[in-house]
Amino acid sequence: MKIDLTDTTASKINKALVRGRRAIGTPAVGMVLTMVIVTDEENAYDSLRAAEEASHEHPSRTLVVIKRHARTLRDRTTSRLDAEVRVGSEAGTGETVVLRTYGDVSDHADSVVLPLLLPDAPVVVWWPVDAPDAPSKDPLGALAQRRITDLYAVERPLEVLETRVRAYAPGDTDLAWTRLTPWRSMLAAALDQARVKVTSAAVEAEQDNPSAELLSRWLEARLNVPVDRVVTAGPVVTAVRLGTENGEIVIDRPEGPLATLTLPGQPPRTLALKVRPTSELIAEELRRLDADEMYAIALSGEATKEHA
Amino acid sequence: MTTDAPQPEKPAAPEDVRVPIGPAADWVNPLRDADDRRLPRIAGPSGLVIFGVTGDLSRKKLMPAVYDLANRGLLPPGFSLVGFARRDWEDQDFAQVVHDAVREHSRTPFREEVWQQLSEGMRFIPGDFDDDTAFKQLKDAVEELDASRGTGGNFAFYLSVPPKFFPKVVQQLKKHGLASPPQGAWRRAVIEKPFGHDLASARDLNAILHDVFEPDQVFRIDHYLGKETVQNILALRFANQMYEPIWNRSFVDHVQITMAEDIGIGGRAGYYDGIGAARDVIQNHLLQLMALTAMEEPIAFDADALLTEKLKVLKSVRLPEELGRHTVRGQYAAGWQGGEKVIGYLQEEGIDPKSKTDTFAAIKLGIDNRRWAGVPFYLRTGKRLGRRVTEIAVVFQRAPHSPFDSTATEELGQNAIVIRVQPDEGMTVRFGSKVPGTSMEIRDVSMDFAYGESFTESSPEAYERLILDVLLGDANLFPRHQEVEESWKILDPIEEYWSRHGRPAQYPAGTWGPEEANEMLARDGRSWRRP
Repeated sequence: MKIDLTDTTASKINKALVRGRRAIGTPAVGMVLTMVIVTDEENAYDSLRAAEEASHEHPSRTLVVIKRHARTLRDRTTSRLDAEVRVGSEAGTGETVVLRTYGDVSDHADSVVLPLLLPDAPVVVWWPVDAPDAPSKDPLGALAQRRITDLYAVERPLEVLETRVRAYAPGDTDLAWTRLTPWRSMLAAALDQARVKVTSAAVEAEQDNPSAELLSRWLEARLNVPVDRVVTAGPVVTAVRLGTENGEIVIDRPEGPLATLTLPGQPPRTLALKVRPTSELIAEELRRLDADEMYAIALSGEATKEHA
Repeated sequence: MTTDAPQPEKPAAPEDVRVPIGPAADWVNPLRDADDRRLPRIAGPSGLVIFGVTGDLSRKKLMPAVYDLANRGLLPPGFSLVGFARRDWEDQDFAQVVHDAVREHSRTPFREEVWQQLSEGMRFIPGDFDDDTAFKQLKDAVEELDASRGTGGNFAFYLSVPPKFFPKVVQQLKKHGLASPPQGAWRRAVIEKPFGHDLASARDLNAILHDVFEPDQVFRIDHYLGKETVQNILALRFANQMYEPIWNRSFVDHVQITMAEDIGIGGRAGYYDGIGAARDVIQNHLLQLMALTAMEEPIAFDADALLTEKLKVLKSVRLPEELGRHTVRGQYAAGWQGGEKVIGYLQEEGIDPKSKTDTFAAIKLGIDNRRWAGVPFYLRTGKRLGRRVTEIAVVFQRAPHSPFDSTATEELGQNAIVIRVQPDEGMTVRFGSKVPGTSMEIRDVSMDFAYGESFTESSPEAYERLILDVLLGDANLFPRHQEVEESWKILDPIEEYWSRHGRPAQYPAGTWGPEEANEMLARDGRSWRRP
């Protein structure tokens, strides 16, 4: 069911949540976290859908904060909060509140969000676009255990990456890093099989790809070898080569979801390595809510240089 | 089938393409780190050989589980699946059968690229279990896979065949050198229940298996132990502070463990008759659930520590003195089951009309230790009962003193913690609460935790978890042969008593068992929960 509230406050929203729950006859049980999505009107629909899909794995209360830009001067000076409360079948497996802020209250969105957080449960903030430079210093970010940003959604990813390095606080994470998990786990599995020291490494990817940058830094930090960056046509990361004394270990994904793994002295074999949808990335993020130390290590690694 | 059957292409002579064995055994993978918890536990290079691959279990559970594991990225690149059965198939026919099984039964969506990765490593060996040529072919296939797929000599042999074939198959594996791994690799045997039908036959079976495989390389599948809720019993008890203090005779009145099925024996007459509910379910599933519920805290969460504690419980089990008064067996009679008219056990096809086999069994056990002395554990199982449900109910004593008058607490039952193993996995806590209104009236309410609500709506299937554990060599969730033997020691005297005294009581299908089962609890002043 859906309840629309105009010019409202957090306590009225809380009452509407209780009313909605009573009306459909389910108590507020089982929700494991509060997910705050900070976005603009344009990206709200897709982000909310991804969050709702992820909520099948992690039932949550989802708060969508949308800052509206008023057209007229009068609207800009008056401050207003509108809310749309969805419970039951319209909200995945949890509850959803879409908050639209106008005027001054936009700068104090944390005062609206704070009373709506689930008691005792962890808080996750996700900026699908326009993440602050220092997520942990942001008023909404400061409420959260985990702050999800996405370097794929910025214009100059490598520059923003450097600001993220400087602003890193435990609990920060980025979907560009999440996208790498299948690559990283396959590389680790390949090395499990080869059991040999890696003497050189190369990452091939499209230009300015933040995932490729993070992958190179991670490899550099873990393998202690300089990583070569090769620019290809993409999409995203297309290959990783690890040189060893027995020959090269290669995972090559020229296109599509099928990759080829080559180990020294063994025939090539096929690997499924598809590009995952946002909902799966968010679901992975929500699986662990403590600080991701490996991300910190990859983030702070030496910057690498791309060459064609 | 002869040896000149079409062989998969060999890319090169095997010697040249062996996986280079690492510099040293203490080699550490620099890309792995305990802090890096996004990386899943991927099984090492390995393959799975399934005997009886055309059977129901294999098609409905094993093959879909293998696919789901691959889809979740938990199988190593180059993982290979070898089927062995008496069918005149080529590799591609086998791949088609697996494809159909996966399409129909897998839990995760079908993805072409995952299938392609998996199907490249599929081989099929046609033959009988006493066909030496077939086992030679199997050995060739295993070596070919080591060379072409990098399985590294690591193979698990899944015996999805009736137990009477176990000796034959393991002997053949031994004879053809398949059971002994090359240096640094492993060979494992996976078997399904029944693990014998009494202590003597269980010991024989173990002797046969251990003659060929090391005892710790034999994995006995009890699919109940792969269920999330069962693993959660340990998390609930030992990760929390609030349950363990009351988990003993000072607070617990009794424990009921129920596993009910609504189906009859279906087409399993040949297997079921002469075995019965107690041997089929109590000996393995229910005694395992009881051991997990009653055991002391293990010193670590590993296979040895768990075995130690579970064995202690099983060894301290005490049978009631008068077996006739504290055990009940029954047979379902014709009746109505959920709106459907069904026939009785004795009318089922292939069942001797004079059969004394039990389709319902209920027993009372005591555990002689300081924690549980005097607390009865009631175990019951049956077919054609009210509904399909498995649960563990820990029922607490009544409050020693109540300041409320008796009319106020008339509707108040005993507090209980119920672990719902299946379906609707979760936990319920029952306690009394005041009914809103001006008078003081207290009534039972329940507080519910459902897995489907708080965690992923699609928890992995038990078989996914168990197959992955076999490939990883993690034996936490597998009963060991000592447990199997101890369980038979508990059940054998009861079966022996039953075989000498009386007949199973009849109960109408679709009810909660024979009246005798209710009388058995009434004698102790208790009653069964309706699950």
